[in-house]
Order: sequence, then structure tokens, then C-alpha cells
Amino acid sequence: MSYQFDFSPLLTYWPELAAGIVQTLRISCIAMVAGLVLGIALTALRMSPSRPLRWLAVSYIELVRNTPFLVQIFFIFFGLPALGLRFDATQAAVLAMSLNCSAYAAEIVRGGVQAVPKGQVEAGRALGLGTADIYRFIVFRPAIRAIYPSLCSQFVLLMLNSSLVAAISAEELTYAAQMIDNRTFRSFEIFAVVGLLYLALSQCLSLVLAAIGRAYFSYPSK
Amino acid sequence: MEQSAAPAIRLEHVSKWFGKLKVLQDVDLTVNRGEHIVLCGPSGSGKSTLIRCINRLEEVQEGRILVDGVELRGDGRNAEDIRRHVGMVFQQFNLFPHMTALENCMLAPRRIHRIGKDEARARAMGHLERVHLADHAQKYPAQLSGGQQQRVAIARALCMNPDILLFDEPTSALDPEMVKEVLDTMVELADAGITMICVTHEMGFARAVAHRVIFMDRGEILESAPPEEFFSAPPARTRPDLPRPDPQPLRGASP
Ligand SMILES: Nc1ncnc2c1ncn2[C@@H]1O[C@H](COP(=O)(O)OP(=O)(O)OP(=O)(O)O)[C@@H](O)[C@H]1O
Ligand SMILES: [Mg+2]
Repeated sequence: MSYQFDFSPLLTYWPELAAGIVQTLRISCIAMVAGLVLGIALTALRMSPSRPLRWLAVSYIELVRNTPFLVQIFFIFFGLPALGLRFDATQAAVLAMSLNCSAYAAEIVRGGVQAVPKGQVEAGRALGLGTADIYRFIVFRPAIRAIYPSLCSQFVLLMLNSSLVAAISAEELTYAAQMIDNRTFRSFEIFAVVGLLYLALSQCLSLVLAAIGRAYFSYPSK
Repeated sequence: MEQSAAPAIRLEHVSKWFGKLKVLQDVDLTVNRGEHIVLCGPSGSGKSTLIRCINRLEEVQEGRILVDGVELRGDGRNAEDIRRHVGMVFQQFNLFPHMTALENCMLAPRRIHRIGKDEARARAMGHLERVHLADHAQKYPAQLSGGQQQRVAIARALCMNPDILLFDEPTSALDPEMVKEVLDTMVELADAGITMICVTHEMGFARAVAHRVIFMDRGEILESAPPEEFFSAPPARTRPDLPRPDPQPLRGASP
């Protein structure tokens, strides 16, 4: 082996890497929030009394969960302009990630709602509360709590999958790595370090999500 | 209000099916204001179903149900209005696990009566005091004993200022040593004059507070009599083909 390892270019390009990390976190966080909100909306549609609405939600969820994420990204960025819907790379990335996340979140959230005992909804009804209030105040927190660990792994996965948006040149960590690689040809060093950076980001994200879980979705239980 | 002359609850020829199974058979029942009814009968006889029809947790297929003179509409549109003055206490308490005892009591008044936080808190504390749980207001359901949870559930129902309270076996899920504290609370409520329908097998409670004891079997009301009469006479429910409720078992009262 004659390859001489040299990690010094990474030091030269640390501002690009730092900017990439910030972008990755930014688009991931926006997509998490948007994905969760859309996912909850999809769950509501899916449990609505209207058959067409339920069908619509299920079709959407199945479509997203059974097509490759990269194809979804390409469709939004390269395909939608044919309909006059144009986005810059970052917008397309956030949109693709949010829509993708929403389908998985919907599936998870539905499990949470089903985990809430029927007696809880009945107690709300017996008090005279309407359906919206029952879901908002009675079902929501216990439902999220029940599926919080799955939701967190889904969010971590979303953050890792965000590397795919480099394919449309959305500026984030993997895109920065490619750019540094093109200039320095230090592929091994760069992708090894970037891999470790993703690992560190996942760990941090998990910790932050766990803290949010403790603050908002935990309560004493038997 | 003209309705004040109407009985608290009226069921006229009520029949209900679950699929093909007929669980209420032409039930007629009038409950007057301030009256305390104890409903008993063997398992599966339709006791829970009957009281759940009164606040429309269940739909009926035939007959009419009137609460304070207002008929429950078939489409359930006025169910929420009726529920607002009909409180219900469940066998499994059904407290909201993510809210403290106090928050459990504040939610519905805030959302439905649209009262402010301070007023809701004052009202909730008043009712928690009434069930002797003011000291536990900040605890979560998981931190309370079964008896305490059931009393919080009673306080939560009272916070809506109901005219009528429905109890579905409120002491059946409790350890024996906690039954008395819940029954005592219910006796106090009865003394305060609220209209009550209580599904229970606590016959000591029935003797103490019931104006009428009603015996159901297979979806039919077979007997309805004041407790003295109910517990002495040998009528329908002693038909050999029907199980007979044990007339003695008030825990704590009997040896
Ligand atoms: N949601 C339901 N779907 C189908 N059948 C039901 C449903 N709820 C109750 N039933 C049936 O209706 C009948 C009456 O049930 P109900 O719960 O009213 O009886 P109960 O007198 O309260 O009995 P228990 O003393 O066991 O509580 C039973 O045969 C029961 O199996
Ligand atoms: Mg029952």
C-alpha cells in the first residue's frame, strides 16, 4: 500500500464542513417538524369517517413508502417544473424530506393513537368534550409517548437520508464532502471523517430528542 | 324553565342490538329528580349498556330517551349538550394519565364552560376537597391508589356541575380495603340530593341510599322496588332459572 494518509485538507476546509453540518441540521429539523405535523394530519384523514378521505391518505402513505427516496427527490426537483412548480435545490430537498417523513410518521402516529385505551376517549365524551378537543388534550400526549422511541429513530433516519439530497446539489454535509473531494482527491479521509460526523450528529440528535421526550411527553406511569 | 317539571331521565320502549344480539328489550324507566337508583343483575344482562345509552356512549335502535325532558336525537347531534349535565364514573376510572388530579378536573370546565384558569382551579379544588383529596391535587393518576383515583374521577365529573351522575360498577376494580372510601363519597353525594343511577353489587350501599333497586336480566327490567321491599320479597329474580344477587355483601358492614 503506497497511499499516504493526509487529513490536513480537512482542516483547510473546516468552514465548508461546518456550514454543511449546519445546513444538514437545518433542513432535517424543518422536515421533522413539517413531517410530524403532516403525519398527524394524515392520521386524522386516515381515521376520518369519510371513505374517500381515508382512501386518499392510505394511497399517499403507500405511494411514499413504496418508492425510493432518491426518485422522490428527483421527481420534485426535475419533474415538477414540467407543471410549473419550480424549487431551488434546498427548497426541493426540504419538501422531499418533509413529504417522505410525513408518510412514515403517519404510520407510526396511528399506532400511537391505537395504543390509547378506548376508555380515555369515552371519558372525554362523557364529559361533553368534542372530538377535536378529545384528540388534542386527551389522546395526543399519551399517543406520542407510546410511539416516541420509533418516532425518534425515524427522525434519525431522516437526518441520515438527507445525504441523498446532495444528488440535486442541495448544500449540506455530503455535498460539502463531495466538493472537498473534488478539489483534494482525499476521498478516504474525507468520507471517513464525514461518516464519523454523521455518527456524531445522530448521537446528538438522539440525545436532544430524548430530552424533548422527557420534557413534554413523559409523566409518571405504573 | 318549563323542563323543570320533566323527570330527570325517561326511557320509553328502548331496545338495542349489538349486531344480532338484542341487549336491551323494550326498557321503560323513569328516574325522578334527586332519585337514587341502584341497578343490579347478572353479568351480561345489559346494565352497562343501559346507562351508556343515557349519555349516548351507545346508540339505541328503538325507543326514546329523554334527559331533563330533552330527547336524545337519533343522529347524536345533541349528545354533547346532554353529556354536559350528565356525569359518568367508570369501573376503570379512566383518568387522563398525563394530567395531575387537578388538571383532570380542570380540563372540561375550561374547554366547555370557557372559564378562566383561576376559576377552574378553584372549582376543581373545591370538588377535590369534597372527595377528601385536596392534598393530592398535584399527583398524577399513577401516583394514586385505586380508591383515590376513583374519587378523583368523581370530582372530575362533579366539576361539570352535573344534574345527574351515572356510575358503572365504580368499586368493582378496587381492592377490598378501598371500596369503603369510594362508597362513603357516593353516600355523601346522594345525601346532597343529586340524581344517581348506580350499577353496583354493593347491596349495603343500595340499602343506605337507593330509593329504588332495579334488577335486570337479559336486557329486561324484571323488578323495580324500594330496597326494603326488594330485599325481603321473593319475586321475579328468585325464579329458579335466574341467578339471585347476594343481598348481604356490603364489605365493611358485614362481618
Ligand atoms: N361493544 C359491544 N359489542 C358487542 N356486544 C357487546 C358490546 N358491549 C356489550 N356487548 C354485549 O351486550 C351484552 C350486555 O353487556 P353489558 O356490558 O351491558 O352487560 P353488564 O350487565 O354491564 O355486564 P357486567 O356485569 O359483566 O358488566 C353482553 O352480552 C355483552 O357481551
Ligand atoms: Mg357492565
